[in-house]
Amino acid sequence: MHRLTIARIVEGLGKGDFSSMEITRHYLDRIAKLDPNYTSFITVTAEQAMRQAQAADQRRKQGDAPPLCGVPIAHKDIFCTQGTRTSCGSRMLDNFIPPYSATVVENMAAAGCVSLGKTNMDEFAMGSSNETSFYGAVHNPWDTGRVPGGSSGGSAAAVAAQLCAAATGTDTGGSIRQPASLCGITGLKPTYGRVSRYGMIAFASSLDQAGPMARSAEDAALLLQAMAGHDPRDSTSSEVAVPDYSAGLGQDIDGLRIGLPRQYFQQGLDPAIADIIQRALIELQRLGAVLVDIDLPHSSLSVPAYYVIAPAEASANLSRFDGVRYGHRCETPVDLNDMYCRSRAEGFGDEVKRRILVGAYVLSAGYYDAYYRQAQKIRRLIKNDFLTAFGQVDVIAGPTAPGTAFAMGAKSADPVQMYLEDIYTIATNLAGLPGISIPAGLSNDLPVGLQIIGNYFDEARLLNVAHRFQQTTDWHQQGPATLTEEV
Amino acid sequence: MQWETVIGLEIHVQLATRSKIFSGAPCSFGAEPNTQACAVDLAMPGTLPVLNEQAVRYAIMFGLAVNSEINRNSVFERKNYFYPDLPKGYQTSQLEQPIVGCGRVDILLPDGSSKTVRIHHAHLEEDAGKSLHADFHGMTGIDLNRAGTPLIEIVTEPDMRSAAEAIAFARKMHSIVTSLGICDGVMAHGSMRFDVNISVRPSGSETLGTRTETKNLNSFKFMEDAIHKEVQRQIELLEEGGTVAQETRLYNGDTGESRAMRSKEEANDYRYFPCPDLLPVRVEQAMIDDIVGQMPELPDARQARFIGSYQLSRSDAGLLAADKALADYFEATVKSCNDPRLSANWIMADLAGALNKNGLEIAACPITPHRLGQLINRIADNTISGKIAKQDVFPALWLQQGEVDEIIEQKGLRQVSDSGALEQLVDEILAAKAVQVEQYRNADDKKRKKLLGGFMGPIMQASKGQANPAMVNQILRRKLDN
Repeated sequence: MHRLTIARIVEGLGKGDFSSMEITRHYLDRIAKLDPNYTSFITVTAEQAMRQAQAADQRRKQGDAPPLCGVPIAHKDIFCTQGTRTSCGSRMLDNFIPPYSATVVENMAAAGCVSLGKTNMDEFAMGSSNETSFYGAVHNPWDTGRVPGGSSGGSAAAVAAQLCAAATGTDTGGSIRQPASLCGITGLKPTYGRVSRYGMIAFASSLDQAGPMARSAEDAALLLQAMAGHDPRDSTSSEVAVPDYSAGLGQDIDGLRIGLPRQYFQQGLDPAIADIIQRALIELQRLGAVLVDIDLPHSSLSVPAYYVIAPAEASANLSRFDGVRYGHRCETPVDLNDMYCRSRAEGFGDEVKRRILVGAYVLSAGYYDAYYRQAQKIRRLIKNDFLTAFGQVDVIAGPTAPGTAFAMGAKSADPVQMYLEDIYTIATNLAGLPGISIPAGLSNDLPVGLQIIGNYFDEARLLNVAHRFQQTTDWHQQGPATLTEEV
Repeated sequence: MQWETVIGLEIHVQLATRSKIFSGAPCSFGAEPNTQACAVDLAMPGTLPVLNEQAVRYAIMFGLAVNSEINRNSVFERKNYFYPDLPKGYQTSQLEQPIVGCGRVDILLPDGSSKTVRIHHAHLEEDAGKSLHADFHGMTGIDLNRAGTPLIEIVTEPDMRSAAEAIAFARKMHSIVTSLGICDGVMAHGSMRFDVNISVRPSGSETLGTRTETKNLNSFKFMEDAIHKEVQRQIELLEEGGTVAQETRLYNGDTGESRAMRSKEEANDYRYFPCPDLLPVRVEQAMIDDIVGQMPELPDARQARFIGSYQLSRSDAGLLAADKALADYFEATVKSCNDPRLSANWIMADLAGALNKNGLEIAACPITPHRLGQLINRIADNTISGKIAKQDVFPALWLQQGEVDEIIEQKGLRQVSDSGALEQLVDEILAAKAVQVEQYRNADDKKRKKLLGGFMGPIMQASKGQANPAMVNQILRRKLDN
């Protein structure tokens, strides 16, 4: 049952092959049995999930089943869930139980989804390996000695290990696409503003975007349909109409112009990965697409610009964690300053502290112009690069990450190496564009993701291209050896 | 040496919106702590601000009232600092692109001259909560009811040269924002708070001296006192050969003393940057046109109308027009009695006195404008005398003992105008004062006038003040002069 995609689950539930309570129980059993190997969940809400499944079965019986009625999913622990601890992977929020739910959580519930629990993540979504979580590192189901990527590593691992039908993730610099690539699943970062950020704990507000992590583009379309839309509680959420993503699938891609940025196939890219991406592109060409070489001249500036802008915003976003109203407060503070200093010193991990320091630095008097203002200018240049490119092509394709899943601990000592994991994903966040990562092959038995970047609000096209690819390839159906052996 | 004082003001004005600037929580004053704060105001993780359009409209109204440029694009920024009653760890404010650009305001000085004060800009921002230090056994209580209340901060150029000018400007701002209805103007609730930047320099000098900023003054009296004290302090320092340190100072209204709060070196680096959660505020011409169409009458225009339509003196008109509630009261009174002159006199003398004595604002006045108008009508139609009105009817109205006519009837205050009854009264008094009658008859016209009072007094007394004085006068003259 756990091998079913959402599309098949909905079909099975509809035909009465199984109930939501059955499939929910099945997933909960799998989590209990297998997740100790992966640590992909921080909190499992078993009782609540069973109650939601029961209610879903009831609704289906009454004939008013919403589109995803009874489908068991998981939420990244960055989304506030009313009454259920929302930790953001941090000791700071280990005791935090929100009195409200994120719009994404509400939307998924309204679509009928059952929530199995909250998935592990890098602390405050800061990391590319899921090693910075207060709740322990997540292990890649393809090789538990390797990282799943991050920051949505828990969601990616849970989907790859088939502990849930799909999961929500967030992507600030690649946090959906890079773990999707490293775990062999389909992950979509929508256009900035497509999905509400309300109730999603902020890392870098101008870059953060929620999206689906799933087994296939078809499933991602179903999930995005439920998540997307304007939210009056988020001023930056878009009022652009949400198309029917599923209805857009299966269309011909004959004549589709795919741009290949020269800068994405240069130094730093593992030749084995370059080869897999080439083969995937040839497959798309075989399906009718036209490959066009393009330039994104300012690509090399995206990582440095990102590591000014994202920490700057984070330094302010994380100021609210001061021990005054909620979250971690140190024992017996002697005065206000002591309470601030110790609560934050104890509550935050090293990577979070590093970024707060960098952020405060680049915004401080005398450095603002040299760093923050300069980075904003680069951001505009990068956006213009893309706009120029989309004058010539319909989508842009390339690798999602420079390599496959790396060994745990391999990059934790060198932040810059870790930051370069997002070298191909960061630019789309800076520009606010949508991007999808889909499985494109295996290198040394580890999955490799193909990234396709679209124009603003062109998610339907991205999903269609990904779906067409998945109709003629089976990389997205391959799973870790452990799962195949499991039977 | 002669010293010149230079003053600039920063004024925080709480906007009278129903809900907060970035959340739907109510802004009401005086509620139980932390009952007017929602998840957004508490800066719970994941919550986001949504701009209250009414606050933007109010800021634009203010800008239009002070002849300012309205910036078509303005940007909210985050001002970062840690304080327990600042829930997000930053205040959402405006810095580089405020909504209201430079403007100018004319003020009337006590000597009757006028002066222009330039507005540097005014920006929108959110208020912080309150830290409560009493009653918590050495700990601090935090009340976030005020957190997120919309403010405009008005920043002037250093154009004022004395406490009197600063107070005149501050009062003018109070008058404008209350007339616009964008602020309740209740200083005791902190609805308007003043930061005063003060420096002194030798008279004739062009360069500005080092300034200090005295923060959070919430009454005109405190402000005046604080300015006098600070100017004195700076002059004494300089005359002793010392220097003024650039610093922020706090003034204690109870003791009348001020102390340094933090020096320039200790000043925060606020690390301002544009708030990514809020879109730039775009003001379309249509919105400005709409607001212009709905602008209430401003104090200066109202003063001019009071002079033109009601023939009030410039000073009376100015006094009434400066306070919107008072001006509204005045006009409602005029509507009831059609006598602007008497209405103005009654409001500025008797009514203002009673309000002052009881510590009440005009809004809480127990006498309605309609009743005051009726009172004036009863004087005009000779039902009662002015004296009876002041001594008997007005106090009864103040105690809300009923309508004007009811009070006159119940207390039997109606003026006696029955000529028969008055003749009888006059005859009685003349009979009792035969000697004085004789004196009167032998006197010349000039002396007669004076002696006539000797009869009027006792007659009025005998009538308990109710005799119609004009009729008594007439009867007396007829009886004595012939």
